[in-house]
Amino acid sequence: MPQAWVFGLLGGLMIGIAAAVMLLGLGRIAGVSGLAARAVGLADAGPPHALAIAFIIGLPVGAWLMAGAIGGVSLSVPKLATLVVGGLLVGFGTRLGSGCTSGHGVCGMSRFSRRSILATVIFMASGIATVACMRVAGL
Amino acid sequence: MMKQVLLALAAGVLFGAGLALSGMADPAKVRGFLDIFGAWNPTLAFVMAGAMLPMGIAWRIQARLRAPLAAAGFNLPDTSRLDARLIGGAVLFGIGWGVAGLCPGPAIADLALAPRGAAIFVLAMLAGMALLKIITSRKGREPVGKYAK
Repeated sequence: MPQAWVFGLLGGLMIGIAAAVMLLGLGRIAGVSGLAARAVGLADAGPPHALAIAFIIGLPVGAWLMAGAIGGVSLSVPKLATLVVGGLLVGFGTRLGSGCTSGHGVCGMSRFSRRSILATVIFMASGIATVACMRVAGL
Repeated sequence: MMKQVLLALAAGVLFGAGLALSGMADPAKVRGFLDIFGAWNPTLAFVMAGAMLPMGIAWRIQARLRAPLAAAGFNLPDTSRLDARLIGGAVLFGIGWGVAGLCPGPAIADLALAPRGAAIFVLAMLAGMALLKIITSRKGREPVGKYAK
């Protein structure tokens, strides 16, 4: 049984190749927050709706296929309140900051975009601080 | 157009499969990665490194291409402004990411793996996106998600 970091590296390579397909094939950034907003009509600009919808539908299809191939993916579902609060902040924040882990973190950082590097440093620091605060508060 | 839609679908499938394989689909692993003062789980650093490698190469190829292989032209963000929106958005996103252990890609991929929890998160996320759109359109600011050309 390979170790977790091997799965992490292989999964990461697949994510990077998928983003490269979007860039070199379609000329677009594989930024999931932007594509999700575009797919449901919450973005005023972006790729054609059909492209955004196709990419977004592909995400759960790919996850389902992989789960079948490796005999299931274990995951723990957070509590209801954290899902709602986290979801609201993630939706609002990613649109305000023009990107998330995929757009800024993977696509922008590898382009050496100073906006994306700053955004990634900030959301990582903010996430680390949040987890630390919740740990201290016993949440 | 059909070719482009199929390519986007294939990219989405590969992306979602990568998320499921990597461990990013599990909110507990993501929170473990952010928990550097506690039980730190470094796995996701390998995910980021793995994803940056093909994209680093792809940007080098992109610089030599006049147009992408299956579309008329590149549509890429080209602003370099470091403004309050970027910083404030990243702060808020980071808090939400830390609270739930989910960011947009894994949350949507998880619709296939843990449908109920993922659907609640994704609906809340879309509500957050809609809220920002309402606020910005009321203030008459430039629309979000608009790339400077």
